[in-house]
Amino acid sequence: MKLSRSEVVHVANLARLDLSEVEVELFTEQLGLILEHATDIGALDLDGVEPTARPVPQENVMRQDEVRPGLDRRDVLSSAPAVESNRFLVPRIIGEEP
Amino acid sequence: MSRGLPLDAFTIASEVRSHERSARSVVEEVIESIERGDSEIRSFVSLMAESALKRAEVVDEIVANGCDPGRLAGVPVALKDNLCTKGAATTCSSRILEGWIPPYDATVVEKLRDAGAIVVGKTNMDEFAMGSSTETSFYGPTRNPHDTTKVPGGSSGGSAAAVAAGFVPLALGSDTGGSIRQPAALCGVVGMKPTYGRVSRYGLIAFASSLDQIGPFARSVAEAAALYEVISGHDERDSTSLLKSEQETTEEALTRGVAGLRVGVVTELLDAMAPQVVSRVREAADALGLSGADVEEVSIPELRYALSAYYLIAPAEASSNLARYDGVRYGLRVDADDVASMNAASRTAGFGPEVKRRIMLGTYALSAGYYDAYYGQAQKVRTLLIAAFDKVYERFDVLVGATSPETAFELGAKSSDPIAMYLSDVCTIPSNLAGHPAISVPFGSGEGGLPVGVQVLAPALHENEMFTVGAVIERAASDARNVGEAAT
Repeated sequence: MKLSRSEVVHVANLARLDLSEVEVELFTEQLGLILEHATDIGALDLDGVEPTARPVPQENVMRQDEVRPGLDRRDVLSSAPAVESNRFLVPRIIGEEP
Repeated sequence: MSRGLPLDAFTIASEVRSHERSARSVVEEVIESIERGDSEIRSFVSLMAESALKRAEVVDEIVANGCDPGRLAGVPVALKDNLCTKGAATTCSSRILEGWIPPYDATVVEKLRDAGAIVVGKTNMDEFAMGSSTETSFYGPTRNPHDTTKVPGGSSGGSAAAVAAGFVPLALGSDTGGSIRQPAALCGVVGMKPTYGRVSRYGLIAFASSLDQIGPFARSVAEAAALYEVISGHDERDSTSLLKSEQETTEEALTRGVAGLRVGVVTELLDAMAPQVVSRVREAADALGLSGADVEEVSIPELRYALSAYYLIAPAEASSNLARYDGVRYGLRVDADDVASMNAASRTAGFGPEVKRRIMLGTYALSAGYYDAYYGQAQKVRTLLIAAFDKVYERFDVLVGATSPETAFELGAKSSDPIAMYLSDVCTIPSNLAGHPAISVPFGSGEGGLPVGVQVLAPALHENEMFTVGAVIERAASDARNVGEAAT
């Protein structure tokens, strides 16, 4: 399974990673090799086999909807990169050029 | 080889409980030995000396008041640095979490405290637990205490090395594809992955949520079992925590013996492994036979597909889990003019090459047009693998094989070849995909006198059979060692 450079650039954008030219080159090769390794399972005929998302069967869990203390807001905000009056601060979103 | 306190957890706990030794003196000695001896091994990324001493004083006070601080009273424990500790840095050995202070404790940390144990520090790991050598850590590699030119394995290499070096009798790690068992094997200690859902993942920083499980490191099967008992149990804060998972005590299992147990030696967990690893596994199987187990070789061809399935499923889940590191709520932010550029700049600066590689792989495997061919297909292989295990467990109570294809390798040997590194997990991955428990027990040595681990696998919720077999293998290893020493 060969991967194209443009696919790698596209995926990097989806993953919000800025890759250097060298990294694009390297990942194009390495991801291709890893996907090549996966051709063994690609070749299996698994029509009709149910996919498994989690190893142990699960049932829904319900509890009373009662008020419980949450995390301390100051503790949570104290590790944020930027904060303004009890909120996480991010660069301007509204009013940006599209 | 021991650079620290060679006492086992039971001795420490019993001496602390009976006033023979203070928890404070244990902690002081441990901190001192780590500060003195860890500069070469680098198993710790941070020490928690102040909080550990404070906690030790509380334990001593409980004893002084005639009360019982718990079964692990005063026992120093090291935690892999992906387990949240309130008020103490938790980095996942990644730059992106540098300086982050968790606002809560992981459930396992609370359980350790309730049992009287004392967390003394956080151990090094592959960045976000992605790796098999502890070399992808932002803080640099940990070295194998048996030979410092070798890796300790990974991703929980710091925890394995800290126990092997004798700094602490117990440590916790996490195992997504072998990250407890493989470093345990390479460092010559016991490492165990419980059934998925046995141990709460609340406060374990997620890598691949359907595979991750916290488990113990120790220098004996009995200590690993005791630590496992302390940390397991239902937790309503983890929606995947098993409801009916009351673990019967492991004590009886450790001495039960293997008479009549049906043990399968798995061809696929021996094939293509280093010759001395194969020899040790066969010797361990022979020892089980001599102890009364019915030992037979068995082939599970589906295991050959586990590696490919894992390296699609785990990166896919990781790419989703690691989307939260966006420079907004915690960790590193690299400023840029708009939000999307800030997200990308922060992630680009904060993640190392292996993490980026897995995020890329996972994003690709989940992207439109490829989802069915890669992620979907891998999930179907998972079904196939579980069915194959179920069938084999009709004939066998437990399975044995190698933990790692080889003994500890040189630092840097696989750093530029991801597939070679991924192959380190070939024997351990199947248990994660199936959600089954497995343990690695040291059994003799291989090339260069480096430790070899024998792996015991069991069906879901059958930890006790696994401990029974592990304990017999451990005794056989110790008998063989004594015979060897008598001969020389």
